[in-house]
Amino acid sequence: MSALIEFKGFNKFFGEHQVLKDIDLQVRSGEVVVILGPSGCGKSTLLRCLNGLEVAHGGSLTLAGKELLSKATDWRQVRQQVGMVFQSYHLFGHMSVMENLLLGPLKVQKRERFEAQAQAEALLARVGLLDKRDAYPRQLSGGQQQRIAIVRSLCMNPQVMLFDEVTAALDPEMVKEVLQVIQGLARDGMTLLIVTHEMAFARAVADRIVFMEAGRILEQSAPESFFTNPQTARAQQFLEKFSFVESLPKTPHKELS
Amino acid sequence: MSFDVAFILSTLPAFLKAVGVTLQVGLIAIATSLVVAVINTAILVYRTPYLQRAVGLYVELARNTPLLIQLFFVYFALPSLGLKISGFAAAIITMTFLGGAYLTEVLRAGVEAVPAAQLESGRSIGLSEGQLLRHVILPQAGILSLPALFANFIFLLKETTVVSAVAVPEILYTTKSYIALYYKTYEMLAVLTLICVLLFLPLSLLLSRLERRLQHGQFGS
Ligand SMILES: Nc1ncnc2c1ncn2[C@@H]1O[C@H](COP(=O)(O)OP(=O)(O)OP(=O)(O)O)[C@@H](O)[C@H]1O
Ligand SMILES: [Mg+2]
Repeated sequence: MSALIEFKGFNKFFGEHQVLKDIDLQVRSGEVVVILGPSGCGKSTLLRCLNGLEVAHGGSLTLAGKELLSKATDWRQVRQQVGMVFQSYHLFGHMSVMENLLLGPLKVQKRERFEAQAQAEALLARVGLLDKRDAYPRQLSGGQQQRIAIVRSLCMNPQVMLFDEVTAALDPEMVKEVLQVIQGLARDGMTLLIVTHEMAFARAVADRIVFMEAGRILEQSAPESFFTNPQTARAQQFLEKFSFVESLPKTPHKELS
Repeated sequence: MSFDVAFILSTLPAFLKAVGVTLQVGLIAIATSLVVAVINTAILVYRTPYLQRAVGLYVELARNTPLLIQLFFVYFALPSLGLKISGFAAAIITMTFLGGAYLTEVLRAGVEAVPAAQLESGRSIGLSEGQLLRHVILPQAGILSLPALFANFIFLLKETTVVSAVAVPEILYTTKSYIALYYKTYEMLAVLTLICVLLFLPLSLLLSRLERRLQHGQFGS
């Protein structure tokens, strides 16, 4: 089967500064790809290029066979297929949870309210937050807001979900509730691109690890081989920084305990 | 000095009407100024070429010329160009000219205070730029600028006294008429002062309560 997402010779500049260099990356439908790498290596930029929040400067990027780097690309259409969840949730503060969830389905996709609302309620129930449907974001904890933000993207029925360090702003006790939601999506066979600093989670959830440094992809491998036997010296150094890597179990846990 | 209470009582019906006129001019001007401000803000947000420049010029011009002179220009200069208008129409046009500029500044500041992340978040679910403005930017900018917005509403209401200069029978014009006719200067100034206190102070308090209610309702506690 051909790739759902394909970067080929992909380049991105901020002014003179090249932040993505000759990126080649294929993601198959249903695959879970975790992107690792030191701060500033271009992980966020890579994700943001995929839903048009950043403009690319060369190479090719296709989604389901369609070239996205053409002038004719309708990014509003693409964004409905590519959901994005941010580090700081960014729910709309002036809207209740349900209004947050329905804005896209009703205004962008012009769906029927009863149908969109039924879906939103089912998804809220799935992340355990149905009782918060009328709350405002400020009344919710970070972990709750992040789960709502994930549901907001899911309500658009995307083909792909992008997660950019979605637990980095959370208190430790809330990290798990968010990661469990993402793991559930992975188990359902959704295509996911995940940037995270949670190494145990990366190892457990990934089908493939992509290691980046200074705008390049240095290594792509299965999680077990990446974590036990990284091919590049840079990846080795990177992993050594996460000292708890040693304490990881030798076999992947498919469940977060 | 004797204080003619009977005379004051005889003028009350006229003053009641004058308060109505003041409120009418003020409220219409606030509404039309808001419309102007929302359109201007949209132009500024989208950085519409040329129009953006025009809005900037308009705001500077309106805020840096005296209201009375703007009023005279509309009321006396426009008719000489063949546009004959009533004092009331001149009052509304002038107040809108001024109010539109002030409220544009208020809303623009509110829009700039909306975090960029909110815009990205809206775009990432596929909202068009227009939908983004309508469902995310303006509501949030509105809430953020409520205090400044309400302060400017009161400011505009108070400024309506200037339109007495073109014979609109609001509170100041009514006061001056009685003084001119009957020389009851102290009585009439006392009435005017009392009306100002009774009219603007409660309104100001009402708006600040409304402001708290709205901000609570919109953002939760
Ligand atoms: N809007 C911008 N303008 C200019 N330079 C930028 C911009 N956004 C990012 N950069 C630069 O691009 C590079 C890649 O940034 P990016 O945010 O993609 O890194 P990252 O891998 O996500 O890092 P982190 O782990 O800290 O989130 C960095 O050098 C950063 O300074
Ligand atoms: Mg980042």
